[in-house]
Amino acid sequence: MTVLVFTLILFAGAYAAGLIGSLTGLGGGVVIIPLLSVFLGIDIHYAIGAALVSVIATSSGSAAAYVREGITNMRIGMFLEIATTVGAVVGALLATVAPTHLIAVLFGAILIFSAMNSLRKKDVHVLETSSPLATKLKLYGSYPTAQGTVHYGTKNVIGGFLMMIVAGVLSGLLGIGSGALKVIAMDNIMRIPFKVSTTTSNFMMGVTATASAVVYLQRGYIQPGICMPVVIGVLLGALTGARILIRSSPGKLKLFFAIVITLLALQMIYNGATGRI
Amino acid sequence: MENVKDKDLQYIIGNLLRWGVWTSLGIAFIGGLIYLSRHGQEVVYYPKFVETDRDMLTILKEMLQGIGAGRGRDIILLGIMLLFATPISRVLFSLVGFILEKDRLYVCITLIVLMIIFISVRGGLG
Repeated sequence: MTVLVFTLILFAGAYAAGLIGSLTGLGGGVVIIPLLSVFLGIDIHYAIGAALVSVIATSSGSAAAYVREGITNMRIGMFLEIATTVGAVVGALLATVAPTHLIAVLFGAILIFSAMNSLRKKDVHVLETSSPLATKLKLYGSYPTAQGTVHYGTKNVIGGFLMMIVAGVLSGLLGIGSGALKVIAMDNIMRIPFKVSTTTSNFMMGVTATASAVVYLQRGYIQPGICMPVVIGVLLGALTGARILIRSSPGKLKLFFAIVITLLALQMIYNGATGRI
Repeated sequence: MENVKDKDLQYIIGNLLRWGVWTSLGIAFIGGLIYLSRHGQEVVYYPKFVETDRDMLTILKEMLQGIGAGRGRDIILLGIMLLFATPISRVLFSLVGFILEKDRLYVCITLIVLMIIFISVRGGLG
């Protein structure tokens, strides 16, 4: 295969990954890794490096819009970034010593968990008053909705913080945004409204992924020739996905992709367990 | 008053993120075209992953030399570096914002985040 053909295949695969990642809400990084490692036989280390770079691009790109609309809570994001960046650096260091097949199996498991989680019904809740610690840390805010400005508080700061460390470690170890875990930490544990949780999670991903990406770069995981088509492809795919989501809410499509992703994840676990990755 | 400053900060950070992403990808794309025009017809060869241990300064120095020599891969790397710089400069802008708002708690929190990033740039204590 020539470099040109290889690059075009990578670009097409990355576009599909960005599209599926955006439609399912899983993020492009989590879809591109099995695509590169299972189908194209690229060493999982390079796949993880490229995925991390694409996570930075897509999350920063989409965070831009939400920040300007005032939905993202920058204080909550900044506070929890202490947890995710520490986790991310630890995760990136673990990735350099962890055996490859273990990474593949863990990745598959997280992928299945995220796919299932994306199908879960979300309950809408707004916490009126914050816990004392949350008040001290100014972890409250307001965001615009169609019915006017909604004020919200938070609680369980320590639980959310610990969960964010786990999210950071997995992000650094597996090269993903780990959006599902971040949203669980904010929405389920800290009781932050879902919309604020998802947008703030997105906002945090750029810094979290960068914290581990610079470690990856120094260890040689990041190959410019692989990264270029992957990052551009994932970003364009994600933009297309966002356009589709504005027009329709693809319930059935989401289920279909969740199944596809689960199969991909099982293949990855199988490859990992049998030592083929 | 505080709210007005928050809004300004949101606007600046939103634009920073957007421009950061598009500029870095634009540069990476140009680098990609140069890379493909030079090596497009060669056979793909990515040997099994070998871990390296190069510090950031060496990587930057080699990248600049490569760009001077018109190497596509190093121009792509420049784009990737700018992409890394985007969220980091977002944190720096937040720091300025919190300083202007005299929010000492969040100035401290932001400094902690910056310190962690600095540690990872230095190779993560390794």
